[in-house]
Amino acid sequence: MYKTPTGEEVFVIDGHTHFWDGSPANQLNVHGKQFIDCFYAYHTSLSPPDKLWPKEQFEKYSAEQMYRDLFVDGPDDMAIVQSTYLTEFYKNGFNTIDRNAEMAKRYKDRFIVNGAFDPRDGERALEYIHYMKETFGIKGVKLYTAEWKGDSRGWKLTDPNAYRCFELCEKLGIKNIHVHKGPTIIPLDKDAFDVHDVDHAATDFQGLNFIIEHCGLPRLDDFCWIAVQETNVYGGLAVALPFIHGRPRYFAEVISELLFWVGEDKILFGSDYAIWTPRWLVEKFWNFELPDDLKQEHGVDLTPQAKRKILGLNAARLYDVDVEAQKAKLKKGAYASAAG
Amino acid sequence: MNAPFLQHDLKTSEVWDRLALVTDPELDESVTELGFIELVTVDDTGGVDIVFRLPTYWCSANFAFLMADDMRRAVASLPWVREARPQLRDHMVAAEINRGVSEGRSFGDALKDFASGGSLDEVREKFRRKAFERRQETMMLALREAGHDDQAICRMNLETYDEIEFGSGEAARQKSRYREVLVERRLAELPGDAAFVTYDGHPIERYELAQYLRRLRGVRINMEFNSSLCRGLLAARYRGLEGDRADPAAGGAPACGGCGSGCAARSAGLPVTSGKHPAAIA
Repeated sequence: MYKTPTGEEVFVIDGHTHFWDGSPANQLNVHGKQFIDCFYAYHTSLSPPDKLWPKEQFEKYSAEQMYRDLFVDGPDDMAIVQSTYLTEFYKNGFNTIDRNAEMAKRYKDRFIVNGAFDPRDGERALEYIHYMKETFGIKGVKLYTAEWKGDSRGWKLTDPNAYRCFELCEKLGIKNIHVHKGPTIIPLDKDAFDVHDVDHAATDFQGLNFIIEHCGLPRLDDFCWIAVQETNVYGGLAVALPFIHGRPRYFAEVISELLFWVGEDKILFGSDYAIWTPRWLVEKFWNFELPDDLKQEHGVDLTPQAKRKILGLNAARLYDVDVEAQKAKLKKGAYASAAG
Repeated sequence: MNAPFLQHDLKTSEVWDRLALVTDPELDESVTELGFIELVTVDDTGGVDIVFRLPTYWCSANFAFLMADDMRRAVASLPWVREARPQLRDHMVAAEINRGVSEGRSFGDALKDFASGGSLDEVREKFRRKAFERRQETMMLALREAGHDDQAICRMNLETYDEIEFGSGEAARQKSRYREVLVERRLAELPGDAAFVTYDGHPIERYELAQYLRRLRGVRINMEFNSSLCRGLLAARYRGLEGDRADPAAGGAPACGGCGSGCAARSAGLPVTSGKHPAAIA
């Protein structure tokens, strides 16, 4: 729960977090090392200096630390923990659903664990979706269209195999499809994170929600255009939000575009933990005001109500979280642990 | 004074000047200014080695290839240069890119194991358009700021454009860069030609200007995202290394042979700490 400077309580769902193991012991090859190094560079280049972690801690952190950073020191009420396999880089995977679920079950009512699949696996992908639903009861998945596999240098949401997976997701009630469309971190000749495939998939699967992580940046204009057309397309703020610290004017421009095109009902907060920790992000976001010139030019405002939606209410709607019931549960849990 | 030594220095500085003209196509900023160039060495037989590195191991191979190829051409255009050899370091496909550029192969051919083939001309053209639009937006906004109304901007000719002074900010820097694309694409050449047209050569009417600028802002927001991220990532990646090299007291040679504009790590004012070169681990 975030408490504003004036004492109001704001319910926070962190829409994008990770529980990874990028430590040298788990690295399979140089790619694994370079991958976590790249994340660490994101961390060091966009965090305020007093929020920097030592490299070793960043490579692998404990469940206790994550819990503390998000819920004790941090303002999150709940967090969506995403799964990213990268089994070609890491011996036991980077953060598999099994690792995430193992961590999540220690902290009741706190985590929403999302799965992942690769449509290029064909039948096995379908079986895996069944397995994740039955074993972990997932309501969402995180997809990574630029991942290499054998000779393949990525896939599209519109591939026939992907459509078969989406049909199954729709049938099983796995309705939240988070898609990484952001900075390119794997080299390709074509733009592997091009957002146009979202347009078709979102039209064809009206029963699914497509949450575009990183808002498609650096393809914000394309993303906004698609989000205007498709009622089931959302934008995740991970990576865009940390600019609020070093380049607030730039962040103001990005959020103005999003408010204008996408609207306050379809933007989701995400810290991208452990790349960034949520406390400073939420504090700065709550205290952030759009400059007057941008307000006037776009005819939008980042009101307290818009902030509440972005910080938690929008994600609650997507994941069927009853906010009042959840608050009551968490309070009860807090008393119980205080008493224990 | 040691004449050969001075001449050698002069040559090195000529190479840096040529490299300053090479841009990262995605960011539309000079590779020297971005701090991508690590080292320039000139030998006695007209050979030039250019060592460069990028913000991450994963940076797009197509842009890396374009930059390496542009560096080779830019430096080879100096009359005394016999061979220019760009070498990309610490990148996932560094070996393929370096070999491909030195052998004059196409991108599709050089990276056929990694890419689906094809030419990079389309990519180059796409980003040239973006560069034009970003430069143009800067100039239009600066003109508005300076009190020119929309009508005056839409009707402005090249002669008037040339006469306007912009002080020392971003507009002053972009003034000639914008003009360069106008001329290169033959969008405006004569003093009476309109200074503000679309990349496809269409006039921009006053009533369309607000809408047009809104679109250009979108282009800039995307490019600024990359640019800001890339500078930060490069600085973070080579944090320790820059310190080691740039500190003459530590016995190291300066990392920058004189780009004159402050490499990424220096302009970020990074502390001097010791660090390990990623290549040493890889």
